[in-house]
Amino acid sequence: MSRITKRFADLKAQKRAGLVTYFMAGDPDAATSYEILKGLPAAGADLIELGMPFTDPMADGPSIQLAGQRALKGGMKLDQVFAMVKRFRAEADNDTPIVLMGYYNLVYQRGAEKFCKDAAAAGVDGLILVDLPPEEADELKPYATAAGIDTVLLTAPTTDDKRLPAVLKYSSGFVYFVSVLGITGMKSATEDSVRTHVERIRRHTRLPIGVGFGIKTPEQATAVARHADAAVVGTAIVDRVAAGLDNNGHAKPDLVPGVLAFTRTLADGVRSVRKD
Amino acid sequence: MAATPNSLRSGPDDRGHFGIFGGRYVAETLMPLILELEKAYNEAKVDPAFVGELKSLAKHYAGRPSPLYYAARLTKKLGGAKIYLKREELNHTGSHKINNVLGQVLLAKRMGKTRVIAETGAGQHGVATATACALFDIPCVVFMGATDVERQAPNVARMNMLGAEVRPVKSGAATLKDAMNDAMRDWVATCDTTFYCIGTVAGPHPYPEMVRDFQCVIGEETRVQMMEAEGRLPDTLVACIGGGSNAMGLFHPFLDDPTVRIIGVEAAGKGVETGFHAASLTGGRPGVLHGNRTYLLQDKEGQITEAHSISAGLDYPGIGPEHSWLKEKGRVEYVSATDDEALAAFQTLCKLEGIIPALESSHALAHVEKLAPTLPKDNLLVINLSGRGDKDVPQVAAMLGIKA
Repeated sequence: MSRITKRFADLKAQKRAGLVTYFMAGDPDAATSYEILKGLPAAGADLIELGMPFTDPMADGPSIQLAGQRALKGGMKLDQVFAMVKRFRAEADNDTPIVLMGYYNLVYQRGAEKFCKDAAAAGVDGLILVDLPPEEADELKPYATAAGIDTVLLTAPTTDDKRLPAVLKYSSGFVYFVSVLGITGMKSATEDSVRTHVERIRRHTRLPIGVGFGIKTPEQATAVARHADAAVVGTAIVDRVAAGLDNNGHAKPDLVPGVLAFTRTLADGVRSVRKD
Repeated sequence: MAATPNSLRSGPDDRGHFGIFGGRYVAETLMPLILELEKAYNEAKVDPAFVGELKSLAKHYAGRPSPLYYAARLTKKLGGAKIYLKREELNHTGSHKINNVLGQVLLAKRMGKTRVIAETGAGQHGVATATACALFDIPCVVFMGATDVERQAPNVARMNMLGAEVRPVKSGAATLKDAMNDAMRDWVATCDTTFYCIGTVAGPHPYPEMVRDFQCVIGEETRVQMMEAEGRLPDTLVACIGGGSNAMGLFHPFLDDPTVRIIGVEAAGKGVETGFHAASLTGGRPGVLHGNRTYLLQDKEGQITEAHSISAGLDYPGIGPEHSWLKEKGRVEYVSATDDEALAAFQTLCKLEGIIPALESSHALAHVEKLAPTLPKDNLLVINLSGRGDKDVPQVAAMLGIKA
């Protein structure tokens, strides 16, 4: 059983939804982002999405664009992302699933097979590639499966019942529902719309459903937790990283504590919902 | 289209691939819209009403056919091939871009879309889109890199006059690539109402095919016009390439004619060896960006690197996927010309033929200045003069120290 599947099974046994936290690897520097990673499980993150910085993040709003630029400016490379995960597994946590999130070109340049092998060897559990829809997923899926890496595909409000099976065919671990039309960190969906879509997706799959995009506050995370199996928060966390930078773009001493304290408020919200 | 099993004109396949190139690498939110677009386009292109309206607009509104003009003085000076200019710069709005835009905006209307967005580099595609949107009374937003807003000021003014909103894009190097990123970000948030009018033969399927089809009028006319002028097909075709839409429009109808030598000219900027260039095929390798797999300028990890060119319209780190495929097939030769060579060719055409060419098209002219003298006098050579240089006048005047 993959770490992701096990974690969702545990959440179900605990009768609660999970909190998935996204932040950018290497933002603002490798050492600081490792401290964030290390602290997240204790702060209440149930799954961790680790952003791989890319020059042209077409599905991301300004906050995550800038986070990627900071990470690239700090010299972040894919090998360091893997090293970060490896160290986390060795010295901090061997249970919390880590999903790498980013854009396909980085995978393609390394070679899909090698990428999946390297990721698995580092202790990565899943991949979310924003620009790899089911139409092109064939070139990744066999290598991911062979390496034991879950492929978390995105489904959107525009993904209708006819199309959903195509998305689910390539999905494992969980399904990620993008709750709004748009890029990260902009609009927020209403609770009603989240509920309707989650119910619709459930009719097609037994995979857990994570909901993301536009979840910025503990209240919103709580509302999503009432319907989904997990709430994904990204931009709001990345904004806490940005708020912890000094004028030269370096981490202030309160950056990591600030990010983790905010994560705790999100986790408290999500955990306040009892699911029977 | 005459497609036979051995034809080079039968691509893409039903998944939008040209060999390993092309495809649909977009966010899931956009996928259903892209499939809807593909369906709508496939229906429209065989609908006589759609085809007829586009043809009528091309003739009465855009001014087609554009002339195939024998450039006698340029031919004499270079002392080799007999040079013809395909005068796309005489089209309404000053470039070949109108061919594609009229088709796409007609399609947007047919699909019931109420808003059109576009990206633009030099501003030619933006102006053409703003023009068609004015004609069809559809609100239009054009994304343009802040650097390009600066260096292509006349086109920004034109778009504003035509009623379009120009949104300066400040991310990255603030050029065409970044404009395309922001256009796609807008589209993913507005795709229920908005049609994205892509300006070149790139992006997710069906754009490379659709834009090519709308631009093929260039090559189809050239074929007829050359038969009328010389009684045979041309021997050599030359066009500049950024994304590659003017080149594809000229080349595609000749791909299955083995006697026709075809040459695409990329922007070498300060020189391919300097690293400051926009020559994706010469200096890049296959990767995935903006919805398709194609040759890209990128570092070892796959981070996209900035392109550099004197010409805003060629300042793009990628190229249409069908060009990547034609390069690997060996059917088209891809070469490059530097900023300095293009600027010199710009001046040559002004002085010899009384035509001010766009800096983009000047790259094709620059290569012909080298190539034509090596060819026999009966070699019929066609240059696609894809755009006029009015938009470049302030920039070139400043570079050459010419007083206004």
